[in-house]
Amino acid sequence: MFHIFCPYCQEYREEEEFHPSGQAHLVRPADPASVSDEEWGDYLFFRDNPRGIHHEMWVHRLGCRKFFNITRDTATYEILETYRMGEQPSITAANAEVRREQGVQTADGGWQTVGAQPENSRLNEETPS
Amino acid sequence: MQRYSGFSLVKHALSHHENWQRHWRNPTPKKRYDVIIVGGGGHGLATAYYLAKEFGVTNVAVIEKGWLGGGNTARNTTIVRSNYLWDEAARLYNHSLDLWKGLSQDLNYNVMFSQRGVLNLAHTLQDMRDVQRRVNANRLNGIDSEVVTPEQIKEIEPALDISKSARYPIMGASWQKSAGVARHDAVAWGFARGADALGVDLLQNTEVTGFKIRDGQVYGVHTNRGDIEAHTVGCVAAGNSGVLAKMAGLKLPLESHPLQALVSEPLKPILNTVTMSNHVHGYVSQSDKGDLVIGAGIDGYLGYGQRGSFPTIEHTLQAIVEMFPMFSRVRMNRQWGGIVDTCPDACPILSKTKVKGLYFNCGWGTGGFKATPGSGHVFAASLAKGEMHPIAAPFSIDRFNTGALIDEHGAAGVAH
Repeated sequence: MFHIFCPYCQEYREEEEFHPSGQAHLVRPADPASVSDEEWGDYLFFRDNPRGIHHEMWVHRLGCRKFFNITRDTATYEILETYRMGEQPSITAANAEVRREQGVQTADGGWQTVGAQPENSRLNEETPS
Repeated sequence: MQRYSGFSLVKHALSHHENWQRHWRNPTPKKRYDVIIVGGGGHGLATAYYLAKEFGVTNVAVIEKGWLGGGNTARNTTIVRSNYLWDEAARLYNHSLDLWKGLSQDLNYNVMFSQRGVLNLAHTLQDMRDVQRRVNANRLNGIDSEVVTPEQIKEIEPALDISKSARYPIMGASWQKSAGVARHDAVAWGFARGADALGVDLLQNTEVTGFKIRDGQVYGVHTNRGDIEAHTVGCVAAGNSGVLAKMAGLKLPLESHPLQALVSEPLKPILNTVTMSNHVHGYVSQSDKGDLVIGAGIDGYLGYGQRGSFPTIEHTLQAIVEMFPMFSRVRMNRQWGGIVDTCPDACPILSKTKVKGLYFNCGWGTGGFKATPGSGHVFAASLAKGEMHPIAAPFSIDRFNTGALIDEHGAAGVAH
């Protein structure tokens, strides 16, 4: 079960409130009538489908109903960041390893998700158990 | 290969069944083969088997990064049917169904193919129209599909709730009597044993790490056990096809999603057939062991994790209990996920690529198991002759640029 931070509501909510809507940052050809069949087919059907870092669009269907983007690892399912439409991801396949090295261990031994959200720093502090 | 028979069973009983031959060899890779199949699942093994048996190409290697039949072949709900809407798909799946009928004898291996029939339920007026349209299309293609009323459904499957007071009352169904289920592992093992006996090298724990391509022609693969050469390479890697395509510099119109299934504790025989409902979205059959075998929707996001999300399980069981209220207190035993490579039109890709000699057989999405023998047969024919088999030709990757899609979303058991 994902626990997803909606960048508009500024809150963590459960996966069931959201709906995945496919690959993010697809650009529709500006003048569809003038592109070739290859370019149009590529735009409609061909997707990245990586094993690893993936940028995808989600909609907060049962919340604010706004679309936003998630950077997620498709092998570990770890959500690395969420960001608003129109923004660019801060984590990409090219720089993910660097970010991971800069990450911090949490008190329970896990690796701190680089969520770029202010309250994340609190997760790093020691909590009495 | 030692043939299995009643006689061999008696003979081996005398030596306490301790001297049965191994199913297949574990050979070291040769430097060069005529054909390399990447992916040792059901489809890949079937391709290798038919290459050797029907087309005389025996210098073949099947390269598998894990163990044989350990991916989706081991993770599906074993349903076999051919009631697809469009001519191209109906031909492909019916070709497969024809091969299923004689498969146990052909392989000398009991794949436990049981033609117990499939019901596709309709819960709304529009469902009924779709069912009628599909049945008519099936009959024109020579498929034994028929429309049945709730009363007839009750006779076929007494455990189904056909009452009018149900949340989604059952208004009718399509019924394909020749459909059924098969033992998934036995299919992979049977094809593997048959292929091995004909001289095919099954290379397990061998991972393809790249393709050797020169002047637009493939001439081999890089693996973690060294380079292997072949001028014909067929990729049959299901959910990992996109990863392979990327190694060859190609892009596929596939998205890999987790698809879950679950089985219950074993019960006394209760289900006669396979029941599927696209509307409440679940399907169920009973294995010979007695477990209810249950499946439903994919997770909507991309995933290679071979596990699915909890909300999907909950949704699935809601659908099952809607159809069979008596199952509400059945306990579930195990749950698992496979990675399905879904295509935008819910039909597979059997195709040449821009790289000469490199072929892909992928995109079977949520319904590949039923096609295992047919897919292997037509793909083997295509690899052997260098030209796509007439049944496979419409499933070219070019259709996503020409627009000649084969939209089978209605006939696919799983929405995606």
